[in-house]
Amino acid sequence: MNLPLREQAGVVIAAASGRIDHASADAFNLALEPLIKTCVGGSKPLVLDFSGVDYISSVGLRALMMASRQAKGQKGVFAIAGMQPLVQEVFTISRFNLIMPCYLSVAAACQVLGS
Amino acid sequence: MKKVIFWGTRGSLPVAQSAEDVRQKIIAALKAAEGKSYRNAAALNSFVDQLPFATRGTFGGNSACVEIVGSGPEHLICDMGSGARPLGQAKIATYGAPNPQTYHIFISHLHWDHLMGFPFFAPMYIPGNRIIIHGCHPRIEEAFRLQMSAPCFPVDYSQAGAKIEFDIMTPGKTQYIAGLNVTPKLQLHAGDSYGYRFDSIERSVVYSTDSEHKLDSQDEHEAFVKFFSKADLVIFDAMYSLAEAVSVKADWGHSSNMVGVELCQAAQAKRLALFHHEPMHDDKQLSRLLSETRRLEEITRANFGPLEVISAYDGLIVDL
Repeated sequence: MNLPLREQAGVVIAAASGRIDHASADAFNLALEPLIKTCVGGSKPLVLDFSGVDYISSVGLRALMMASRQAKGQKGVFAIAGMQPLVQEVFTISRFNLIMPCYLSVAAACQVLGS
Repeated sequence: MKKVIFWGTRGSLPVAQSAEDVRQKIIAALKAAEGKSYRNAAALNSFVDQLPFATRGTFGGNSACVEIVGSGPEHLICDMGSGARPLGQAKIATYGAPNPQTYHIFISHLHWDHLMGFPFFAPMYIPGNRIIIHGCHPRIEEAFRLQMSAPCFPVDYSQAGAKIEFDIMTPGKTQYIAGLNVTPKLQLHAGDSYGYRFDSIERSVVYSTDSEHKLDSQDEHEAFVKFFSKADLVIFDAMYSLAEAVSVKADWGHSSNMVGVELCQAAQAKRLALFHHEPMHDDKQLSRLLSETRRLEEITRANFGPLEVISAYDGLIVDL
């Protein structure tokens, strides 16, 4: 899985796409791993642009939680932004909206987290 | 198999409605009834029936005890939580005392909330009854004896009138019991727990409680999909939200509604019963959880057949 990178307002934005489920979770993890490694205190915040993600299953959500936990441990800033309405519903139902920093859009995330 | 009766559905600890809980239900019902009149009792009953479940009823508070009604004369029960007390009373009311019965009791694990109803299960005091306790834990008999010994309980285990036997089952090995093929499966829980799959020629029921799904192993996922495969009913530990289950309550040995839906969809199960309810959740929260789980099933249905989602409550009867 590719997570194309761009930068906006001092924020590193990685664009996820498609379904993140049992079939793709390993590839998602693999792609996310090097980005999370560099998400440390003093580095630019990392935002996952979820506007291209159609669905995320429990396995994908767990991967996000592990990534978030690692970033937090490294004092990095990590967030999700731009979820489609159905993905947003999944976040609400799973209560991940309560444990993951989520923003309505990448622009909103950049406004809060950017320099 | 004909039906499943839920006698206890709460997880970890029995709970009871408080006076304030009842008061809030009355207020909600009176508000809904404002300005209405009823021609007869049937009209009143009809009005009550259409009230939200959290207003007109309750999920109840007894801990795990589920009856599987088979086609034969012998009784099949999963776990001996506090729901075993009303179950035992119902059996005595139906069969009376001088009418020996055989009870097959399948124990998921030895934690207190799954055993505590046994000393209150009236048939165990009646001579002539036969009780066969099936489980996979080698120390199962010790656990049953321990909770009925001083200083834990005033009536010693030796006072049991029924003939009590223990059958140590092997995970993955199917046994033919009371007309059903019963297969236990090892589950992730402190001290181990075991799920049970009950198969008759026409129907399959899976009882899978106190089971944590770590979501880090494809093999584990596939093993549970196989265990749940095409079941008519899967009774599933949905105690926590997924966020809790993988974060603050990781390693607490329980699962979520989301994982229940995903496993049942992958297994092409027909019906999912949310079970082992969090004691902290009131009727409104549990009703909301059910609505959300149905919505999750709806938005993820595309690649699967429809899955009926219900939430178990004390007294619920599910026809298979």
